[in-house]
This record gives sequence, structure tokens and C-alpha cells, in this order.
Amino acid sequence: MKIREEIETVGSNKVSRVLAFSPKSSGMIPRFLTLMAVIIIIAMLAIIMANIFIGGVGTLSWEFLSRPPEQGMEAGGVFPAIFGTVALVLLMVIAVLPVGVLTAIYLQEYTRPDSKTTRLIRIAINNLAGVPSIVFGLFGLGFFIGFVGGGIDKVFSSSAGPVWGQPAIIWAALTLAILTLPVVIISTEEALRTIPRELKDASYALGGTKLQTIRRIILPQALPGIFTGSILAISRGAGEVAPIMFTGAAYYLPYLPQRLNDQFMELGYHIYIMATQSPDIEATKPILFGTVLVLLLLTFMLNLVAIMIRSRMRKRRANV
Amino acid sequence: MSEDIILAEEEKAKISLPESGPTGKNRLKMTVEKLNFFYGKNQVLFDISMDIQEHMVTALIGPSGCGKSTFLRTLNRMNETIPGVRMEGTIRLDGTDIYKDFDDPSAVRTRVGMVFQKSNPFPKSIFENVAYGLRVNGIKDRRIITEVVEDSLKRAFLWEEVKDKLENNAYMLSGGQQQRLCIARALAIRPEIILMDEPASALDPLSTSKIEDLIGELKKNYTIVIVTHNMQQAARISDYTAFFYEGILIEFGPTRKIFTKPGKKKTEDYITGRFG
Repeated sequence: MKIREEIETVGSNKVSRVLAFSPKSSGMIPRFLTLMAVIIIIAMLAIIMANIFIGGVGTLSWEFLSRPPEQGMEAGGVFPAIFGTVALVLLMVIAVLPVGVLTAIYLQEYTRPDSKTTRLIRIAINNLAGVPSIVFGLFGLGFFIGFVGGGIDKVFSSSAGPVWGQPAIIWAALTLAILTLPVVIISTEEALRTIPRELKDASYALGGTKLQTIRRIILPQALPGIFTGSILAISRGAGEVAPIMFTGAAYYLPYLPQRLNDQFMELGYHIYIMATQSPDIEATKPILFGTVLVLLLLTFMLNLVAIMIRSRMRKRRANV
Repeated sequence: MSEDIILAEEEKAKISLPESGPTGKNRLKMTVEKLNFFYGKNQVLFDISMDIQEHMVTALIGPSGCGKSTFLRTLNRMNETIPGVRMEGTIRLDGTDIYKDFDDPSAVRTRVGMVFQKSNPFPKSIFENVAYGLRVNGIKDRRIITEVVEDSLKRAFLWEEVKDKLENNAYMLSGGQQQRLCIARALAIRPEIILMDEPASALDPLSTSKIEDLIGELKKNYTIVIVTHNMQQAARISDYTAFFYEGILIEFGPTRKIFTKPGKKKTEDYITGRFG
């Protein structure tokens, strides 16, 4: 009996000793490691931003924003590239939103979430999200330009050479739309999922059909989520170079794109060209930094506008 | 205990309950025949047959999970919004089979309205909430809509409280007001029957009694089927009571009879609070 008691005391002493030390040793190290990871990320971001800002801010001027490139890109501005980027992203959003939103509605409202078809579609969407962007570029070249554009040219056979079967802003925008489709689908689906069942039930119980319920109750409720999807798509699409380099972006154009089948200049592609193809890289460096800064600011601005619209919509929804 | 005492007890019970029940001049509004209902492979309703009298309040009682809410939702085809359900049997509304003779469930639902357990107004203005049913049913005339909205809110005893703030969001109303708004919304499409799924279970006593008064008023023009957990409520407001247990309709009859002389042991046990 006594021995047993002793063992128990010793045992519990040991336990309490371990317990007394463990919070310190096991608490500090993970905390330190996780903090380090955070610091690394923030430092990276700070270095990138500072570098771009310091390098580019001197170049930034009204002249730079409003003039085309001059003297083999060693002077002048980036206006055609800004214009091209905005036009490209807008066309992309116009193309991706309806398809993405309708897909999400189909998945959420018209199929059973556990059915085989739904799961297959979801796998397809996830795979689409994982495809490298250069593959999208080649796909755009083969499918949109070669097949669709070439086909249109064949049907309306024009002797003057390709009209649609050549790189153009519409094909670049459609290629980007496919690239950003998963983002729109997934964020719209998330928004649809959060709509309470009770609201749909109320609509059905009042004699609303499925279509009426979607149009009058579900879509208005999901709008902020759909906007989030567009914001993410814009951020993603505006910075991509690989999908547009074969499908429509031009090295240098003396004019702005006027029609859907015109080529265009784009900031990301312009940066790539200046960084790799310029005859005198040192001479173009300030302009290069300036262009990067403009691209960043433009993306931030597009995001900001979309976020402002979204929060205004949320507010309006919360207290009419 | 002598027989006299038992009879006297019964007399007392009779007096404390509302004088209502079948009067002979009522006609059948809905008939349910041999209803079986399944969630996937799981059967939740067994062979239920039941008649619903016009201009009467029929209460469905029973412990949680007994199938009374599921049964209620079969009466306006709301069960069809849930995937993977299956139904057998016939439900007739004025003699018309609501499953076979109506192509579109929404057509049934304009005649058989519904009020839910949790008040579920749309995130729209008070006016638009009531107008919704009219709009989805193709009524565009602004004058008619305005008239019906006012009339429905008056019938739901809500008009005086909201007439100056019809454009406010419905979420700014109290819980009890929201539930009366949902009733007004259901009334706006002029249904013949109103199904209520525990409409007062989430409300305070004062709001509950308002809803109960409202039900008493509404039965003059509508036929009401109400699911309730509250036995006193069933006794207070209903003319007929159906007791469900584990998916089976154990007993169905005039409320007075069910609460004073239940025919089955199970019913008596439930009503006297021995289980459930």
C-alpha cells in the first residue's frame, strides 16, 4: 500500500514537473516559427512594393500616362497599354460573368450536390483552375484564332486575308475569360450557398416558380458574392501575360484598338517586352519600373472600385 | 371511483374547451388518401388518410420527428423542393388531385398558402414583401397591388403598426410583427387554405396570443391547417386535431373529443404529458 502510494506520488510529481515546463517549451517555438513566417511574407511584400515605388515614382507623370511609347520604348509613355489593359479586362468580365454565374446557378439550384454529374463538373472546374496559363494561351491560339476565327473567315470568305482568324483583343479576352472562369464560379457558388433556405421556401410557397425565385430572390442576394468573383477575376486577368501573348497582345501599335478584331497593347506584356526585348535595357529601366507601378495601381484601382460597389450594395441590402 | 364523478369530470372538461367541431353543414376542402412518404429509402409517413373541413382549424400534434411537418408540406407540394423524396397516395383539393391534375406545383401553392415556423420575410420593404406573391403571379397593376397590400396587412392586424413605414425594410420589424407580415404575405395571393408550421413557436406570449386571435379571425374566410407543439394552443384554437406518432396518424377527430375522450391509449398518454 505504501509503495503504491509512493509510486503514485512520484508519478504525479513527474507529471506536474512536465506540465510545469511544457507550456514554455512547446508554446514558444511554434509561436516563434509562425511569427517568422508572417514576417518573411510581410518583408517580401514590403521589399517588392518599395522597390517598385522607388524605381517607378520618378517616371510617373501626366506625360507618361497619356503618351504612347517613343524612340524604341526608351521614351514616351504607356497610354496605349493602359487603354488596352482596361479594354481587355472589361471584355473579359463581360464574357466571364454570364457563363460563370449561370454555371454556379446550375450547380447550386438545378443539381443535387451529391450527384455524379455535379461531382464531375466540379472536378472539371477545379482542373480548369489548375491549368498553367501558357496552356490557355496556346489553346486560345488554336481554338479561338485558328478554329473559331478561321472558321468565320472561311464562311464569309474575304480575299483580303484573315479578318477574324488572327490575334485580336476579343480572342485574348475570351482566353482570359476561360482562365478566370473557375474564380467566378466558385465565388458565386459560395454566395448562393449562404442564401437561407427559408427565403427560397417563402418564394415557392407564394407560387413563385424556380426561375422567378432565382431572378427575384436568389440573384439579388448573391450580387455581392458575384461582385467578389469579378474582383478576383479582374485581379487575376489584368496581370496575366502568357494567355494573351499569342492571342492578341502586340509589341507596339501606333493606334488604339477600335474594333473587336484589332490587336492591342497591354501593360503586363509591355513590361515583358521591355524587360527582355529592348535593345538597351539600362535605358528603358525607369520606364519599365514606371510601367510596373502603373499596372499595380491600375489593378488596385479596379479592385477598389469593385469593392466600393460591393459594400454599397451590401449596405443597401442591409437597411433599405 | 363512481361513474357519476367521471361524468362530472368530463362535463367540466367540456366546458373549458371551445364549443366547436363538426356542425354538419361544413364540406370537405381537402382529402388525403393512403399517403406514404419517403426521404430516400426512409419512410416517414405511413398510409395516412384524413379529411380537412372547410372553414375549420385542423391542428396536427405529436412529438418531434413524428412526421406532422412533412405531412403539412405534402398538402401544397412544398416537399418537392427537397431532392430525393417520394410520395404515394392521393391528395385532393375540392376534388382535384393536386399532384396529378396540376402540372405546376406553383399553381397549387397559390391556392394553398403557407406560413413557416421561423418568420422569413424577404430582405425587401414591407410593401414589397406583401406584393411579392402578386408580382410572381403576374399582377402588374400598381393600383390593384396597393389595394391588396393594404387589405392583406389589415387582415393580418398589422396595418395600424406599419402603415406609415411601408417602404422600410421588413427586417426592422419585431419578431411577432415579422410573423404577421408573413401571414399578410400569404393572404395577399388569396389562398383558400393556409398551412401554418408552428407559426408561434419562436414568439413571446403576447405575440403568440395575437397570432392565435388572428387565426380565429382568419378561419371565417380560410381553411387552416396548423402544426403545433403546444397542446394548449391546439385545444384553444382548433376544431379538429390529428395526433401523429412515428409517421402514423394515431387518432383524428374533433378537438373536444381528442382532448377529453381520446380513443387511443397513445393519444391520452401524449395529451396528459406522459411522453413527448
